[in-house]
Amino acid sequence: MKFETPATTNPIDQLKIVGKPVDRIDGPRKTTGTAPYAYERHDVAPNQAYGQVLGAGIAKGRVTAMDTSAARAAPGVVAIVTTLDMPRLEKGKTNTASLFGGPEIQHYHQAIAVVVAETFEQARDASAMIRVEYARTPGRYDLEAEMPHAELTAPESDDDSPPPPPEDRVGDFEGAFAAAPVTLDATYTTPDESHAMMEPHASIAQWEGDKLTVWTSNQMIAWGKRDLAKTLGLEPGNVRIESPFIGGGFGGKLFLRADAVLAALGSRAARRPVKVALTRPMIANNTTHRPATIQRIRIGAGSDGRITAIAHESVSGDLEGGKAETAVMQTKLLYAGANRLTAMRLAVMDLPEGNAMRAPGEAPGLMALEIAMDEMAEKLGMDPVEFRIVNDTQVDPEDPARRFSQRQLNECLRLGAERFGWARRNATPGARREGRWLIGMGMAAGFRNNLVMKSGARVLLDASGGVTVETDMTDIGTGSYTVIAQTAAEMMGVGLDKVTVRLGDSSFPVSAGSGGQWGGNSATAGVYAACVKLREAVAQRLGFNSAEAEFADGVVRGGNRSAPLGEAAGADGLVGEDTIEYGDLAKRFQQSTFAGHFVEVAVDVATGETRVRRMLAVCAAGRILNPKSARSQVIGAMTMGVGAALMEELAVDKRHGFFVNHDLAGYEVPVHADIPHQEVIFLDEVDPISSPMKAKGVGELGICGVGAAVANGIYNATGVRLRDYPMTLDKMLDRLPELA
Amino acid sequence: MKPFTYERARNPSEAAAAARQPGARFIAGGTNLIDLMKLQIETPTHLIDVNGLGLDRIEPTPEGGLHIGALVRNTELAADARVRRDYAVLSRALLAGASGQLRNKATTAGNLLQRTRCPYFYDTNQPCNKRQPGSGCSAIGGITRQLAVIGASEACIATHPSDMAVAMRALDAVVETVKADGATRRIPIAEFHRLPGDTPHVETALEAGEFITGVTLPAPLGGKHFYKKVRDRASYAFALVSVAAVVQPDGSGRVALGGVAHRPWRVEAAERELPRGAKPAMAAILSGARPTHENAFKVTLAERTLASVLADARG
Repeated sequence: MKFETPATTNPIDQLKIVGKPVDRIDGPRKTTGTAPYAYERHDVAPNQAYGQVLGAGIAKGRVTAMDTSAARAAPGVVAIVTTLDMPRLEKGKTNTASLFGGPEIQHYHQAIAVVVAETFEQARDASAMIRVEYARTPGRYDLEAEMPHAELTAPESDDDSPPPPPEDRVGDFEGAFAAAPVTLDATYTTPDESHAMMEPHASIAQWEGDKLTVWTSNQMIAWGKRDLAKTLGLEPGNVRIESPFIGGGFGGKLFLRADAVLAALGSRAARRPVKVALTRPMIANNTTHRPATIQRIRIGAGSDGRITAIAHESVSGDLEGGKAETAVMQTKLLYAGANRLTAMRLAVMDLPEGNAMRAPGEAPGLMALEIAMDEMAEKLGMDPVEFRIVNDTQVDPEDPARRFSQRQLNECLRLGAERFGWARRNATPGARREGRWLIGMGMAAGFRNNLVMKSGARVLLDASGGVTVETDMTDIGTGSYTVIAQTAAEMMGVGLDKVTVRLGDSSFPVSAGSGGQWGGNSATAGVYAACVKLREAVAQRLGFNSAEAEFADGVVRGGNRSAPLGEAAGADGLVGEDTIEYGDLAKRFQQSTFAGHFVEVAVDVATGETRVRRMLAVCAAGRILNPKSARSQVIGAMTMGVGAALMEELAVDKRHGFFVNHDLAGYEVPVHADIPHQEVIFLDEVDPISSPMKAKGVGELGICGVGAAVANGIYNATGVRLRDYPMTLDKMLDRLPELA
Repeated sequence: MKPFTYERARNPSEAAAAARQPGARFIAGGTNLIDLMKLQIETPTHLIDVNGLGLDRIEPTPEGGLHIGALVRNTELAADARVRRDYAVLSRALLAGASGQLRNKATTAGNLLQRTRCPYFYDTNQPCNKRQPGSGCSAIGGITRQLAVIGASEACIATHPSDMAVAMRALDAVVETVKADGATRRIPIAEFHRLPGDTPHVETALEAGEFITGVTLPAPLGGKHFYKKVRDRASYAFALVSVAAVVQPDGSGRVALGGVAHRPWRVEAAERELPRGAKPAMAAILSGARPTHENAFKVTLAERTLASVLADARG
């Protein structure tokens, strides 16, 4: 199905099941421990052995020798594969550093061996017996020091269209900024961050001749299959991937990683199935992370509060051949202003590979931009909510002919202000105190583009009227199983109890996968398309006019007769399969999602400890397919935003080039005690431009802006303006009030 | 994890005797040791499980204090009515540490013996004088925000991570042990944990095989009890700085600090400054501090935290 014109009325609009806050259908399996995660797939292949990955102990240089004799002689060891056993493997399309092979070390904890043994403990013990000699070479580990060498770089385009210019200019920024009566020129920094998902990267691999099956934890099945085949030099048709349950990804599992490659290599060497999980320290330094940024923002406005000039420039680093953190992209679209400049610079560095993490670009970009907006509002003597509302735009500021398909940012901000009690905020910083706590309120706009992705599904009807959906879509905790079941149930006119959803198998039709908050809308749109096909087949088989047939309560009705849905299936069942594809609506309209984030913080006047007291997000993101799972997505993202604001930072050892705090004791993320009352409101919105579902994504919108809202709250509480994340107490201690 | 043998000890002196063999370690709650074994930072060849030894009672002493068995779990100790009434600083310190699940397992003796959380100690690719004596300290010049500001050496700038021990230092607890030859001794907590010097791998006054049987608290001090732990998140984090304090109505009192040194940090002579306020008191307590650029804030933080405690004491 090609989606080329805005959606009109369709069966989803019945909203009998879609749009309802139903419990997630995989919930009971998860809460009873019976949802099988990759490392637990003991049943899929007999005689599994355990692989332990050894990571490089240096950040840059070469492996000159590896002595595996002691490890090979260790109890239980079945096979050892080292990086010196083979030339550097081909890289997958989504990989920057090589995942294995050859002597060169490109980053700390890059995989250099896998040890396969009868037990996990034996494999781990033996891996520590491998003696490695290195020749070290100096590396570049300090982003600030590399800034002078950073080069302008263009963002990747989402499709085949040419990339935008590296330095994107509209009007005369410098002239307008110089002429503006009120200006801000400030620099903000965000640190490297780790996905820190609960489930580590894990894979089980099994060979049958040239055919490889990998049970893994991966957000993008088709990418994983493609890149695994390329890395190992296999025909893609000989690779099968299964990933039905994923214990969190946040972008860290978008790509093929060393666990899958080394499970496959270990299995080939051991001639039996091998399972591999990356250890927690490897997550930080072996896999990808969100890169640090240094961002300069300049804003000029008239005394009426209207922005006349806005510039956002960001520097980030990555390995050779890597890409920039796209921290300036939202600034192209979020606020009005005739004179604009955005630019990104990329420094080549030797830290581990940077890549997408929940709202890549937007999350760190808004962490900076939305503090700058708060600072400007104060300079203008305006309320920060009002300042944003004044600068709203309903069109793409760089291309005013392009309208937003829906843009209810102002509505989010107004409703949020009202519900949160924003009017009670004291605009004078440091003026509200309760006991030892300084209390402040902060807000920020949230913004994340809505991406639509081609997505396929197959829907099978059986004689009992049961419907089974098969698609390689993944559920990374987001609720994909449930919204897909709701979609199929709505379309086929059956209850949720009649729907089975099977996900994450590369033998199923290729879907959008889970990333970029495109999964929910795109994957359900694919299921919609397949259901349309199935409805046609049902109508034809039962002799109904497919345009008039109604599907409800397990019965098909048309004219003055009806028939049970299952009757169409016959003994062999009936299948509908299709893929949703998109025309140029995404080019003609700007599709985005919006939020107003409001936060109240308390800062200990003595210690500078910041504790969030309450949070509100008001979101406008198209049709909400399931308000319950959508709310879970948003509060999870808000929590991650608090982490980014207050504690998350991969600490770089600038001498040796690695992230030092590579475990969950050192890399702090919020715990329950950090997360108080959270509220989420979804505006009533449908967006017929986005897809037949009229939905958009929410999973990344929820984090966008939260960090800045916390930072602005800290400023309101204390009068201390912080511009460097995370906003830990050491950065404000010397500016807090003197104590008696 | 290296292969190891395992036995269950039947009494303290048998445990101490068994621990004479090289590579032997006691195990109780295992909340720190097992993690370190997985990372091969600890590589015992023999484990002596002491969980069956009893030593799990909290009993009054003839001197009016409390005797705490070595195997009393942190949860029980924190919840004990006598501890909460007479040694509230200890109860509060315990509850500020770890998580509920860990406190259910962790023991009194094990808490005293937990090892540093210095990130370089945890990464076996990096030199560390605690892990490999003489290999060097990779923390010095590296990421030091969490590390010591006083009492450190050229060999080690690690901190002791315990909260419980900081409160016990303020209370002048005494650690009771039995040696491999059956002899017992009482070690004042002030002498129990060592500064790193040039042997940072030697962390306590315990001899090889010496087994902790319990901890005695002297008679109650009265006064108001505080344990204020400062950290980046609200729970389940090690202290940047913690202040254990017992403050009397006349403004005199005792103060011990966590998160600043290789052992709970207390300077008795400095406590006479307490009635004059946090600034002079902390200047005396942290006299001679040599923080790094990254952790210099701890000196200010300690002073401000103490100021907050003293304000609460007056309130």
